[in-house]
Amino acid sequence: MRYLLIVNFEGGVVEAPMEEWKPEEITAHLDYYKALHKELVSSGELVDSQVLAGPNLAKIVRFGGLNAPVVTDGPFQEFKEWLAGYQIVDVDSEARAIEIAAKISAVPGPGGIATQQPIQVRQVMDQAPSDVAEMEAFLQQVGGER
Amino acid sequence: MPPRVEDLLRDLAPQVLGVLIRRSGDFYAAEDAVQEALLAAAVHWPRDGVPAKPLGWLVHTAVRRMIDQRRSDQSRRDRESLALLQEAPTGEIPAKDDTLILLFMCCHPALTPASAIALTLRAVGGLTTAQIANAFLAGEATMAQRISRAKHIIKASGVRFRMPTRNELAARLRTVLHVLYLMFNEGYASSTGHELNRTDLADEAIRLTRMLQRLLPDDGEVMGLLALMLLIDARRRARINARGDLITLAEQDRTQWDQALIAEGVALINRAIGKGAVGEYQLQAAISAVHDRAARPERTDWPQILGLYGLLEQLTGNPIVTLNRAVAAAMVDGPAAGLTLLAEVEDRLRGHHRLDAVRAHLLEMAGDTRGAMAHYRAAAGHTTNLAEQRYLTTQAARLKMQAARDGVASG
Repeated sequence: MRYLLIVNFEGGVVEAPMEEWKPEEITAHLDYYKALHKELVSSGELVDSQVLAGPNLAKIVRFGGLNAPVVTDGPFQEFKEWLAGYQIVDVDSEARAIEIAAKISAVPGPGGIATQQPIQVRQVMDQAPSDVAEMEAFLQQVGGER
Repeated sequence: MPPRVEDLLRDLAPQVLGVLIRRSGDFYAAEDAVQEALLAAAVHWPRDGVPAKPLGWLVHTAVRRMIDQRRSDQSRRDRESLALLQEAPTGEIPAKDDTLILLFMCCHPALTPASAIALTLRAVGGLTTAQIANAFLAGEATMAQRISRAKHIIKASGVRFRMPTRNELAARLRTVLHVLYLMFNEGYASSTGHELNRTDLADEAIRLTRMLQRLLPDDGEVMGLLALMLLIDARRRARINARGDLITLAEQDRTQWDQALIAEGVALINRAIGKGAVGEYQLQAAISAVHDRAARPERTDWPQILGLYGLLEQLTGNPIVTLNRAVAAAMVDGPAAGLTLLAEVEDRLRGHHRLDAVRAHLLEMAGDTRGAMAHYRAAAGHTTNLAEQRYLTTQAARLKMQAARDGVASG
């Protein structure tokens, strides 16, 4: 099962932005992520992991019909609601995805205390059915006209 | 690579690996060496021609790789094992058993199904890591890690390269069949037309199950699993339309069904059931066979399907089977009979999208359009499978239009 783990700029119990942390606290924070990344690579569970550029580089694009696409700044939402990065993991159970999300949320902030930042856990839709004989049984339903 | 060379390599892969493990006692290193030998053959053979003794060529090449690896490994100067490796091929090794032992090893209960599938594809199926990664839509590095980890677990479990004892055999065989079934399951996705160039895991699962069936020709459940795969695979082309939408059995173009596969599957399942001791795969295959034998949907022998689901339910106690039985009951005795059955499993399956999907279907049969629509929507909101979601959403949309039409007509 694949899960998307979403990290926003929501700081959890930490109020101070990272610029105000001590350098060694920033290092500890980033080292923690690095170690976790390594762990997920070696367990064969990590599918993808990305950190996104900041909101000031964000653009919104709308189809413009016969005219050029309309490009604007935005969206104008609170900083903490912006997507900061994400990981996609391929795991054996939802419990394992939650365990990994909890590890992300345990990343240390100032004073080495876990930030407890909220991590969104979203299941990725499957191409394969969970059980092929069940899928075939599902197709026994005599559906209406399509 | 020409298909003939590729097939040959894939057939020989487990035999070479068996020889190397016997000589070295080291599954981990032997598996790496065989993989390298296969890659070397894939380069040389199409260019220089297939050698006169392909198995010997592969064993020789793999042994050389293994010796090179050991020599470069400063920490172990195990002269004895080098000598053992260098022994001339003796040719007395029963390749038939080796493949079977390897299958038992790779489908080890200590592994997660996903790891067992990957390892089986490489060690027994002779696929490259790149091909396996492609099949799972994963990165090659990720897949290499997963396989390497699986090999470490096998090594750590201390399992020896031998046939399971008579006492272990039944349980271990169940695990092997389950892994092959899940491999086939994974392959179902690649037939949705979404991923055109994926390595075909359904074909691979069938190939390996055929191999297993040749090795254990009298086992009813092995026959049952192979039959099930063939009978489901026979409908592959008809199951999905060009847009990737699921098509129900009733609406499939049955001229697209593969009659050769159906004939083979039906023959197998008849033979299996004749042997007594009916198992889960056999019953599922038997149900598939009833569908596959009906030239038109109206000719489907629903009473027989109803009976088979009853047996399957007794055997497994799985509430999902009860849902399937409810669909069959509705076809035999009308929707009310099906809805009554649903009540039995309601508590155990609350929130499961299949419960809502079946209920929607039965309510529609009973003429309750609005109720059906609501349950199709609920089902669509709970499924994690894309094709199913699209199907369920389309059903809800169709009923909404119908309700609007009926509303206009009556108002």
